[in-house]
Amino acid sequence: MLKKKVLIIFAGGFVGLLAVILVQQGNPSNMGICIACFLRDISGALGLHRAAPVQYMRPEILGLVLGAFGSSLVTREFRAIGGSNALTRFMLAIISMVGMLVFLGCPLRLLLRLAGGDFNAFLGLAGLVTGTAAGAWFLNRGFTLGRAMPQKKINGYLFPVIIFILLLLLFFTPSLLFSSQAGPGSLHAPLLISLGAGLFIGILAQRSHLCMAGGIRDLILSRDIHLLSGFISLLVIALIGNLLTGSFNPGFTNQPLAHSDGVWNFLGMMLGGWGFVLLGGCPLRQLVAASDGNTDCAVTVLGLLVGAALAHNFGLAASPKGVPLAGKVSVIIGLVIIFTIAFFNSKFLTTKLSAQGVSSNVQGN
Amino acid sequence: MYREIDARGLSCPEPVLMTSRELNKTSSGTVYVRVSNVAAGENITRLAKSKGWQVEVKCEGEDILLTLRK
Repeated sequence: MLKKKVLIIFAGGFVGLLAVILVQQGNPSNMGICIACFLRDISGALGLHRAAPVQYMRPEILGLVLGAFGSSLVTREFRAIGGSNALTRFMLAIISMVGMLVFLGCPLRLLLRLAGGDFNAFLGLAGLVTGTAAGAWFLNRGFTLGRAMPQKKINGYLFPVIIFILLLLLFFTPSLLFSSQAGPGSLHAPLLISLGAGLFIGILAQRSHLCMAGGIRDLILSRDIHLLSGFISLLVIALIGNLLTGSFNPGFTNQPLAHSDGVWNFLGMMLGGWGFVLLGGCPLRQLVAASDGNTDCAVTVLGLLVGAALAHNFGLAASPKGVPLAGKVSVIIGLVIIFTIAFFNSKFLTTKLSAQGVSSNVQGN
Repeated sequence: MYREIDARGLSCPEPVLMTSRELNKTSSGTVYVRVSNVAAGENITRLAKSKGWQVEVKCEGEDILLTLRK
């Protein structure tokens, strides 16, 4: 148990350190690593959206998946499973992505923004906690997307193989991929450094089960601070790193790749947080679980890619200038949809919660 | 008397919540919990130990079987 505790604190801290290094190496400010932003850039690299400033096949994501996949094979944790409401997960992922792109970051970047002195992220944090609490409330009332079933191993290998093919494309035929000439997508660390950092993060996240949404969720549900300790060590190490490298600029205004519209920072991340709790984990955790053979989580990642494409194709995503009206409307619609999905997948009127999946035997020992 | 919880294939934190509900109404005895991933097994182990239960973990094919005793 102590070993696990040390591992999660180390993993969180190491990811925080790598994030600071990646910014020094060329990644956008306060975005050493951001699963939502980087999946958005990959969505652009594949041409799913044509927002020219945010297109790049981010090697961090590719490395993360391959590192987590390799680690799950070595530790024998790889299990091909799936079949738990994939379409609902796909929808939840799209909705969560819209929320994250209104806030401008996933929970991991939220921490990196805080560590960089971006006070707007405090409103995002408040939104994340509120959304997590909403999700936890439904979980306590029996919310479930149902059981995943074991599948043949080949099905679990598909996702890491697709990612490996994307890596081959990036290495050997980069001209096939869209790549930003200006804007955040054009800012990146050298390929091998990004890939190496991703591999390390993937291995550590797989070994420690690091999850940025799970920390707050477990604190609310069971006063368990295990996952939260990784979340906090990431924040502390990134903060120290930013202070040492002169990248800490406290304030609300002129923050890198952020806007100061507090209401929408709050609501965007509330939507994201609510979605992740219903999905069972943050975007980082979804990527790692998809690499471990969970095909439902792989569908969730596809939903995040499509969500990013929709957000940019239909002008929903925020920019440092602010949140467009269509983005605000879609966050409200997203909250309504997510409430509906949560409500009808919970058990308010039917089965007694305590009876689900529990059997007892009085003749036993 | 023993109780058995089948939490296979469920997303986090459902296996922990199912176990927690069961442990809250059981003061002693044996509770078997079957899960299908290591993360769920670790979370349940942490929960059970915090409530004073002894935990034994073993793999059974693709499943992980946790035996909680108090």
